[in-house]
Amino acid sequence: MILDSKIPAGPLAEKWTNHKFSSKLVNPANKRKYDVIVVGTGLAGASAAASLAELGYIVKAFCFQDSPRRAHSIAAQGGINAAKNYQNDGDSIYRLFYDTIKGGDYRAREANVYRLAEVSVKIIDQCVAQGVPFAREYGGLLANRSFGGAQVSRTFYARGQTGQQLLLGAYSALSRQVANGKVKLYPRTEMMDLVVIDGHAKGIVTRNLITGAVETHAAHAVLLCTGGYGNVFFLSTNAMGSNVTAAWRAHKRGAFFANPCFTQIHPTCIPVSGDHQSKLTLMSESLRNDGRVWVPASQEIAEKLRKGQIKANDIKEEDRDYFLERNYPSFGNLVPRDVASRNAKYVCDQGLGVNETGEAVFLDFRYAITRDTREIIEQKYGNLFEMYKQITGEDPYEMPMMIYPAVHYTMGGLWVDYNLMTTVPGLYALGEANFSEHGANRLGASALMQGLADGYFVVPYTVGDYLAQLAPKQVDETHPEFARIKEEVQNRINMLLQINGTKPVDYFHRRLGKIMWNECGMARTIKGLKGAKAEIQALKKEFWSNVKVMATNEELNQSLEKANRVADFLELGELMVDDALHRNESCGGHFREEYQTPDGEALRDDENFAYVAAWKYLGEGQEEELVKEELVFENVKLTQRSYK
Amino acid sequence: MKLTLKIWRQKNSTDKGGFVTYVADHVSKDMSFLEMLDVLNDQLTERGVDPVHFDHDCREGICGMCSLYINGKPHGPLQTTTCQLHMRSFSDGETITIEPWRAKAFPVVKDLVVNRSAFDRIIQAGGYVSVNTGGAPDANEIPIPKNVADLAMDAAQCIGCGACVAACKNASAMLFTSAKISQLALLPQGQVERKTRAEKMVAQMDAEGFGACTNTGACEAECPKGISITNIARMNREYFSAVVSSDTM
Ligand SMILES: Cc1cc2nc3c(=O)[nH]c(=O)nc-3n(C[C@H](O)[C@H](O)[C@H](O)COP(=O)(O)OP(=O)(O)OC[C@H]3O[C@@H](n4cnc5c(N)ncnc54)[C@H](O)[C@@H]3O)c2cc1C
Ligand code: FES
Repeated sequence: MILDSKIPAGPLAEKWTNHKFSSKLVNPANKRKYDVIVVGTGLAGASAAASLAELGYIVKAFCFQDSPRRAHSIAAQGGINAAKNYQNDGDSIYRLFYDTIKGGDYRAREANVYRLAEVSVKIIDQCVAQGVPFAREYGGLLANRSFGGAQVSRTFYARGQTGQQLLLGAYSALSRQVANGKVKLYPRTEMMDLVVIDGHAKGIVTRNLITGAVETHAAHAVLLCTGGYGNVFFLSTNAMGSNVTAAWRAHKRGAFFANPCFTQIHPTCIPVSGDHQSKLTLMSESLRNDGRVWVPASQEIAEKLRKGQIKANDIKEEDRDYFLERNYPSFGNLVPRDVASRNAKYVCDQGLGVNETGEAVFLDFRYAITRDTREIIEQKYGNLFEMYKQITGEDPYEMPMMIYPAVHYTMGGLWVDYNLMTTVPGLYALGEANFSEHGANRLGASALMQGLADGYFVVPYTVGDYLAQLAPKQVDETHPEFARIKEEVQNRINMLLQINGTKPVDYFHRRLGKIMWNECGMARTIKGLKGAKAEIQALKKEFWSNVKVMATNEELNQSLEKANRVADFLELGELMVDDALHRNESCGGHFREEYQTPDGEALRDDENFAYVAAWKYLGEGQEEELVKEELVFENVKLTQRSYK
Repeated sequence: MKLTLKIWRQKNSTDKGGFVTYVADHVSKDMSFLEMLDVLNDQLTERGVDPVHFDHDCREGICGMCSLYINGKPHGPLQTTTCQLHMRSFSDGETITIEPWRAKAFPVVKDLVVNRSAFDRIIQAGGYVSVNTGGAPDANEIPIPKNVADLAMDAAQCIGCGACVAACKNASAMLFTSAKISQLALLPQGQVERKTRAEKMVAQMDAEGFGACTNTGACEAECPKGISITNIARMNREYFSAVVSSDTM
């Protein structure tokens, strides 16, 4: 089987323009005869639903929260990239493209990434027009900050709440279309399965989370904008409800899942405090602009620190090791995330960790406060400092923050072609749910950019091209396939409710998370991965025989919701391990200990692994089939990433 | 720590509901309030009792999903969201009373979960700038003074949790509504629809059954994001100037 990525011909910079021109168009008067389902109302979903409705399509939008405004995108803090070059510091579309390809360790498609950089500039225009209050300079123009993996300042931000403001912008556009009657909202509704008829996506099956009603919805196209699957690790910076269910069910209905093992571990999160921990909190990467990362230079001092005999501020300058600045003099504290995370792990593994558990490093603002005054630091990061204090009980203006890497983002996801269509015609994946632009590592402030690019500027064209090829007549919801899938969904719910074992869902989820974190996290080995696979299989069996799901389907039932999601995570976890096992190289966030350079950097194997690994589901209990999409680099030269 | 929890249990929107008392003796000071409830819920499940349902998602104080009324205050004793509240704010042996938001416009769904879709409908009534995707001018074409952008951002920070409504003896949604109206009224982008926006959003707020504002300031005091009641004053000005020179007549 050959995967056709449908990359348009022509020079890189003209591909998208040419492609838009050659796409088929739906006659304006016919647009209202097409129904589009959008699952998810984060940046990708809300922007897509609003834009498609503005064009005239009839849209149904689904989310599991009580309001579209609460999608996980709301939590993004730091900012959004765009190649505006407002700072005149040498930025350009090409540079953003290049940084993203390089940052992704050469495992993304050139054409997609270039398009992303190209439309990035329009995103900022659109958001400002909606009233998004981005940070401004005293002259009234937009302000920028720098993020990891870039040497220009191209990140736009709204204090530490960029995701919130962008999402509220998209939500306002969506709300306007709800008022116009073009979008019907289905909050507190979870997609449980996909309906495929004659090879095309034609609808979904949902569960109303309040009443338990299992329902069918038909449409001419289905867009999955359901976010990432970082919660397979149980502890992550994702919102508690973030899950893989929609993408996973689509996978089982024929959509290939690409690069599942490419996970981003974010270097600056608040360390774990105990067994009760339910999630991890990110401290925005923007803090690395002004904070310096260090650990004590000797184990002896670290030991005293951990025992509480001395405090951070007692440690003399010459006894501190600014390991990022030392190892990477040109990028210093602003190296990409995978590099920063791995280095933090190294120093902690060497016994230099600074908190009780030995799994933390310092992020110190002392220097910035002396240089810029406390007031300026407060203006930039006030809410983050406040949050840190709230959670840890310590004041980061007085004491350095303690941070440690945590699971943050998943580069992998449903395989899509240039049009963002999955291997199931009519089924699209947008935002974090697809695998596309970030390769093996995502640069900071690029997820927001990608979500909005997909929703505002890509999919409105590419979905039109597909719909134009379908007859403008209603999809038949009485087709037996709808009833069949609905019954399967109901049976599965009943099964979960009937197990009546002894352990709550979280018990299994935590165990899965531990396996994934230890063996499929920051560093992976063949032995560890093989063990993990067996453990996950055993855990899955145990789950299906011993989980305890309370109450009934016909009510708000949070333990049933969780059980349903964890059941899918258990299957996904195994595929992630398979993917990590098969990729005999290190690249970006995927670090196989067997493949490293003498100084401990990721050792890529472009000869054998410059491809996207897309996995095809073959049936219950069967190993999935690997299908490769070779990556062709016509514009950038593959080199070892160096941030030295 | 050992705590006594008096928690509101209500099977569904038609059930009468009532308090049930639980003992929590597993509590560490570093736990967040919601983690304390997670542990309780796992214990309840193991005992065959339906866990206590509550809304939450980001657990970072930004999505606005969590919504507990703790010891007579929305989001509890600190000016923060419930998910950011930690058990170090309580002391050993304490009794903690946990209720849902109480307001006519926010009916209880189950236990501590309420329906806040009225807020969405207020935004749908006019909480936007009518601009379609694609037609926007260059972002730097309209400079906005930093202090104006900052004020707009202060208002835009509202997380839509509904604590303002829960805190108000009249269950008024003025703080929520005025935050959006202010944000857009301050910015040049919001000028064109300024009048109709104020009129329509206020009308929807009334239609949803939220109460009137009697200036007690309880909303501001309890708002986890520190949204200021000066926004209410601004909304009133916007609203009155709109009705005297309405664009919609
Ligand atoms: C703490 C944090 C900070 C971040 N900061 C930044 C940053 O500064 N810059 C940056 O670029 N990126 C950042 N990111 C990453 C970025 O926020 C996300 O990648 C991005 O917002 C994902 O958007 P999305 O639209 O793809 O999905 P989401 O926002 O996750 O939305 C998913 C939607 O799908 C719905 N959904 C999911 N499953 C179902 C189902 N089965 N049925 C119905 N609905 C479903 C949900 O209800 C939700 O509406 C951050 C991430 C985190 C965790
Ligand atoms: S859970 Fe998101 S604000 Fe509390």
